[in-house]
Amino acid sequence: MKTDIILAGVGGQGILSIASCIGVAAMNENLYVKQSELHGMSQRGGAVQSHFRLSDKPVYSDQIPLGEADIILSVEPMEALRYLPWLSAEGMVVTDSTPFINIPNYPEPETITAEIKKLKKHVLIDANSLASEIKSPKSANIVMLGAASKYLQVSFKSLENALEEIFKSKGAAVVDVNKQALNLGREYAEKYIRG
Amino acid sequence: MQKKLLLGVEAIAQGAIDGGLSGVYAYPGTPSTEITEYIESNPVAIERNLHRQWSANEKTAMEAALGMSYAGKRAMVCMKHVGMNVCADAFVNSAVTGINGGIVVVAADDPSMHSSQNEQDSRFYGDFAMITILEPSTQQQAYDMAYSAFEISEKTGLPVLIRITTRLAHSRSTVETKELKSENEVHFPADPRQFVLLPAIAKRRYANLLKMQEVLGDNSEKSTFNTFEDADSKTGIVACGIAYNYLKETFNGAIPYPTLHIGQYPLPIKQIEKLAEKCDEIIVVEEGYPFVEQRIKGISQKIKIKGKLDGTLPRQGELNPDITNEAFGVKSENQYATPELVSPRPPALCQGCSHADMYEVLNQVMQEMGSNRVFGDIGCYTLGALPPYVAINSTVDMGASITMAKGAADSGVKHAVAVIGDSTFVHSGMTGLLDAVIENTPITVIISDNSTTAMTGGQKSHGENRIEKICLGLGVDREHLHIITPMKNKHEEMFKVIKQEVEYQGVSVIISQRECIRTAARKAAKKRANLK
Repeated sequence: MKTDIILAGVGGQGILSIASCIGVAAMNENLYVKQSELHGMSQRGGAVQSHFRLSDKPVYSDQIPLGEADIILSVEPMEALRYLPWLSAEGMVVTDSTPFINIPNYPEPETITAEIKKLKKHVLIDANSLASEIKSPKSANIVMLGAASKYLQVSFKSLENALEEIFKSKGAAVVDVNKQALNLGREYAEKYIRG
Repeated sequence: MQKKLLLGVEAIAQGAIDGGLSGVYAYPGTPSTEITEYIESNPVAIERNLHRQWSANEKTAMEAALGMSYAGKRAMVCMKHVGMNVCADAFVNSAVTGINGGIVVVAADDPSMHSSQNEQDSRFYGDFAMITILEPSTQQQAYDMAYSAFEISEKTGLPVLIRITTRLAHSRSTVETKELKSENEVHFPADPRQFVLLPAIAKRRYANLLKMQEVLGDNSEKSTFNTFEDADSKTGIVACGIAYNYLKETFNGAIPYPTLHIGQYPLPIKQIEKLAEKCDEIIVVEEGYPFVEQRIKGISQKIKIKGKLDGTLPRQGELNPDITNEAFGVKSENQYATPELVSPRPPALCQGCSHADMYEVLNQVMQEMGSNRVFGDIGCYTLGALPPYVAINSTVDMGASITMAKGAADSGVKHAVAVIGDSTFVHSGMTGLLDAVIENTPITVIISDNSTTAMTGGQKSHGENRIEKICLGLGVDREHLHIITPMKNKHEEMFKVIKQEVEYQGVSVIISQRECIRTAARKAAKKRANLK
């Protein structure tokens, strides 16, 4: 079994934290992993993406071929749409619904939501509000990770353990709030899919 | 032995540490920066107190490594591809001097120019210097190559070049580490004049380098980094570095053509000849320039060589599995297109960036002085070329702002202005400023000093707290050296100073000084964490 994930967002929104969390979880489950990302100029408030591939067999390419991604996991709705050419026919888009507007020609947010809703499989979540509910607006990215957690080929427990490993140095409170964010995202996505 | 999830560049760093490194020398540049950053914070590197501070530029880095090698220890030099141009003098000559302690040079190429101004292929530099080149295809191989490169270097008496490209540099995978080797002790070269490249000695050293070519070739023939997979077909493939991964992806793990996978150069010519004997055509799949394709074009009359030169593969940009799919007639199928409403989101200066204030005011001044006369440089402030600023007319290489402004002024262009960052100024701008001072050329140099190397993530700038003294030392007139603070409430004052100096017919320097807001935020967060 393999899972190809496109992680998308805007520089500074924390998609690399999502990536390292899935990475640690996958390594602990002895899966093969390749996760490609871009640094440098692309960080400065521009569109960023990361290709994440996990499988129980060796992974060859560091990049996902067009039309083969199982999930687009995005922390920004327009960025989710940018990478649709990579999504497979049965693929799913899991995205935060909060637009990040730092360009003058950002489209009407409603038109973006409408595009996402056209997709057969999608989860649209206001992760920013959910993260604010638990008083940790910075954890919106982990809420999104939770929302996609059911489809990532690693167990939920592994993701929780990964959060612990990654945030341990920042103290128990940070670990706890991120675990809360993960659970909240998971619950909310399940609710969204049930309708 | 440990299993770690590492970026390709981090795997190189870990491999070098485990391979007995004593010092890393580097200037930050995407996609190579994290090699040095990894070593900076690695517990073994800290415990062993390996040299792990940044250098002023790639040339000083290469030379310091050569000094460490002279003293018998193992040194690594890391840079992005264009850094090879900066250190080329030292690099090429290091093959003539040869080494004492092992030297590994890492060049990270950036095909597709994700964060660069060209796509140059560093394998040409390795070939030019006539040394061994290693090109990994996986993170594990990046580790293994860095680990064994010091030994290859010491056995052959020559530096080794590791060439990677962006995708591998910035892709993470699992790496198994090997046993930690001890460092070399200080010991001087057996021949105390080995490093003295006076013509008489240089001739001897160069003859040695030429003689070694056969050994390097033999090493490549025997190298475990060059592998052959047979298949029943008259079409053969030579795949280099990560190009091999894309082929494997295209054919789902089983390439139906006899394939030679290259990871070590000079090319294993005998193996290529063997492949050529059984084939009618060879397709070369390589990332970067058609380096191998050109090399093997004349290998046999009867065989056709295909690749980037005949359009089988695109000449420009990095490879990916969609490209290899197309080249081999395997279909990629995308079901969806990007909806038209999605707008591009180019990189931009951060909210509150000090460069933004500087550009806003500079634009006001240049509106009065005339357009098309601001020369830019390499750093975050290169984004000043884009809207809303559209403030600079050139970006070529590190330091070129000052010297291009000088050349334009020499041609009679009035009010030529250079915009350069603090780190870029100390990397390669100082000598150009000296040229201008000597002739008192009428240019204005704006050093947009945010006290860090911001574009690559905030590494230490050698210019920090030194820019003013450096300019005075180079002979800039005190009267025409100003420090301004780029802030919203100071625009009026900034305007006055910039206008006055742009009008002045001689060398003037304006240091526009305010710390990078990201660096400031990082420092504040660190301070808060420490207080806790």
